[in-house]
Amino acid sequence: MSNTPPTLVRELPHKHYLNATYGAGLRSWLLTTDHKRIALLYLASVTVFFFIGGVLATMIRIHLLTPGGALVTPETYNKLFTMHGVAMIFFFLIPSIPAVFGNFLIPLMIGAKDLAFPKINLLSWYIYVIGGCFVLYSFGTGGLDTGWTFYTPLSSVYSNSAVTPAVLGIFINGFSSILTGLNFIVTIHTMRAPGMTWFRMPLFVWAHYATSLVMILGTPVVAITLLLAGLERMFHLGFFNPALGGDPILFQHLFWFYSHPAVYIMILPAMGVISEIIPTFARKPIFGYAFIAGSSIAIAVIGFLVWAHHMFVTGESTYAALTFSFLSYLVAIPSAVKVFNWTSTLYKGSISWDPPMIYALGFIGLFVIGGLTGLFLACLGLDIHIHDTYFVVAHFHYIMVGGAVMGYVGGLHFWWPKITGRLYPRSLSRFAAVVLFIGFNLTFFPQFILGYLGMPRRYHTYPPEFQVLNVLSTAGASILALGYLLPMSYLTWSMRYGRVAGPNPWPATGLEWKTDSPPLTENFEVTPVVTWEPYDFKNRPDLGLGTGTPSPAPAHGDD
Amino acid sequence: MQSQLPIYPEQASNFAPQVDALMLFISGICVFFAAAVTVAIVVFFFKYRRKTPDAVGITIEEDARLEALWMIVPLILSMAMFGWGAVVYVDYRNVPQDTLDIYVIGKQWMWKAQQPNGLKEINECHVPVGRNIRLILSSEDVIHDFFVPAFRVKMDVVPGHYNTMWFRPTKPGRYHFFCSQYCGTNHALMGGWVTVMEPSDYAAWLSGSAAGNVNPVVTGEKLFAEKACSTCHVANGTGRSPSLNGVYGAQVLLADGSIVIADEAYIRESILQPNAKIVAGYQPLMPTFQGQLTEEQVFALIAYIKSLQSQPVPATGAGIAPPTGKR
Repeated sequence: MSNTPPTLVRELPHKHYLNATYGAGLRSWLLTTDHKRIALLYLASVTVFFFIGGVLATMIRIHLLTPGGALVTPETYNKLFTMHGVAMIFFFLIPSIPAVFGNFLIPLMIGAKDLAFPKINLLSWYIYVIGGCFVLYSFGTGGLDTGWTFYTPLSSVYSNSAVTPAVLGIFINGFSSILTGLNFIVTIHTMRAPGMTWFRMPLFVWAHYATSLVMILGTPVVAITLLLAGLERMFHLGFFNPALGGDPILFQHLFWFYSHPAVYIMILPAMGVISEIIPTFARKPIFGYAFIAGSSIAIAVIGFLVWAHHMFVTGESTYAALTFSFLSYLVAIPSAVKVFNWTSTLYKGSISWDPPMIYALGFIGLFVIGGLTGLFLACLGLDIHIHDTYFVVAHFHYIMVGGAVMGYVGGLHFWWPKITGRLYPRSLSRFAAVVLFIGFNLTFFPQFILGYLGMPRRYHTYPPEFQVLNVLSTAGASILALGYLLPMSYLTWSMRYGRVAGPNPWPATGLEWKTDSPPLTENFEVTPVVTWEPYDFKNRPDLGLGTGTPSPAPAHGDD
Repeated sequence: MQSQLPIYPEQASNFAPQVDALMLFISGICVFFAAAVTVAIVVFFFKYRRKTPDAVGITIEEDARLEALWMIVPLILSMAMFGWGAVVYVDYRNVPQDTLDIYVIGKQWMWKAQQPNGLKEINECHVPVGRNIRLILSSEDVIHDFFVPAFRVKMDVVPGHYNTMWFRPTKPGRYHFFCSQYCGTNHALMGGWVTVMEPSDYAAWLSGSAAGNVNPVVTGEKLFAEKACSTCHVANGTGRSPSLNGVYGAQVLLADGSIVIADEAYIRESILQPNAKIVAGYQPLMPTFQGQLTEEQVFALIAYIKSLQSQPVPATGAGIAPPTGKR
């Protein structure tokens, strides 16, 4: 594949997955088995849920402007944060990077024509949509006020909201996650192109391998747990309700056995995205490849052993608490390893200030704060005070929004030219990244202080001494909202009007950049053979960069 | 005095200084690492900015010693955090012997507290400064959580369980308490005030407000007769069920050979789910009182049974584990 000089006006390839038709119009999308088209189906549907969740979050922040609550009744407020959590976690964050970028990129990155089970891939999207419809039905007919954690016996006995359709929706949606994970694992094991050894795979693929393990092993547990809560609610079977001989603490164990690893379903793929962006835009091999790959697996494995750190104040035994606190500190180490290796990769790099890099560096900044504040919560003596306060809210938003969503948006900017064949406005997108970073910190940093001062979470009204920090947080949220609306607008605009990108605009080393943008339906005209190491810019004359040796003058002048 | 924009709540219990010190320790380490990473990124970002469009970065050889260093140093520091946190936590969980016990019931959406003399309060709780206070927490419906930021204490209030927590107030004053486990519509309104008083003021307050309050022991004794408990639990040990004299706090030998301590949680369970633990040598005859007693009535019964601690224990029929059974 030749690299044309950037001065030329490029044109999109004549034939690609977006204009290939297997039927007419809509049908060619709804019956597609092309992993790239399914990825776009997911992109559209998770965006719908992100939008719903975002509107709910906006209403929450407006309500909390005044101590008495500015906007809605207590019932409605409780529904706002519950539906915000359910929409964002189960229907946006968990599927976002795996189902959109994982689907789109894994076959391309390993040189395959599609995933191992294309029809199951389409099925998983339909399952997601059916599950989503159940949940939207619940939102529309009475709403949901149990908190996204569905703690019993509140959810199974006392709540008057539409709990049953919601838990059924999440139960159904779980199968979508399981099938996606299964598809990824089989694909990665069996469909790698010649020469694509395990340690030549992009770290994005490693991250998704680890994520898939969690999806397959964890999701069945939360599915059955929520089903049991639903059965208790519908048929008064005593699983968790003490009045019927059940135990509410059992629910928490089962729920967190999945829902803590679920955090890694959200953050591991984002770490995979960052591990692609950093070496591409520092234009050198990633530092500590094997350690980053191994840390993904370590996080997935140890992540299964820390769930009861959500339960330090439930009255669990002191020995259990000690064990889970210890294991929670262990899981912090592989995350630290990743951060140190990313930072080291920048050293003596050739760092471009392209938009994906700005997003990736923003990710590291926010993830570091999110990860480090996890150390406060893992600390037994400290968790008693900050558990269930805004400190926790701030911590997990730093991980899930600052981490996972920043990674998702960064990934959109990195692979958008591959997905659509077009580029977006460069300055505007860098500006949006800075707006996101500032808006995010202003929204959520005050909440750490609020939490330490003792403001509990899920409060529709609060004592007046907490108002200043809440107003700051709401002000930040309005900046944050702008930070999301900007990319939504210019990316949509660029689908039609953006400059044509060409096959490898950055350039990057992955196999996905060795085919057209947008790619053919079959991905590659001939199956590629991999003869190079990952992220090796020096020995890749096909990228059209400086010769194998780095241009000595500027680099040495800086040493 | 607190400033207009405080960053930590008032310190009003024995735990508060410990927790704040722990907070400072972990914050110090975390700020150091966050600053180090941020400074490195910012410096590299500017220093190594791409000079020409086709410039390639300089490959740095991987160094296993460096990888080991940044695994081992964080590991050591996090073990220090774990250790210190564990020490403080064990202190939280080891309740001292000489506590003043207050029963607290959470229900949607209010708190009821009962002083040792039977005085009941709603969304208020009065305690003397300098005394070790133990709260025995139970819920009538969903899970609640009793949280006093100024004391740095928090404990879930779980239906079907008795959870306990303790603290020693160190400063007279009025402090917010909150429900910290989401419990439905008016979760945010389910709070109140802990009033910490000088011991003499507390004593005066207790006796001054005592009029019209029935001591829970008296209530419990009446219930014990009304619910026909006394038919089987005969004091001299000749009944179909074990005598309850001296049982509170003692070791009880069970039919399966195990031994339990007869604390509040055990007595509560034995009332509500009598067949869960059968005393050795007795038949599972007792009917369940699940759903027939309010949490307050259970408290009263327990208070009465605790008052029997000083009564003479019969030689047979007591259910208390013989000394040889001790482990």
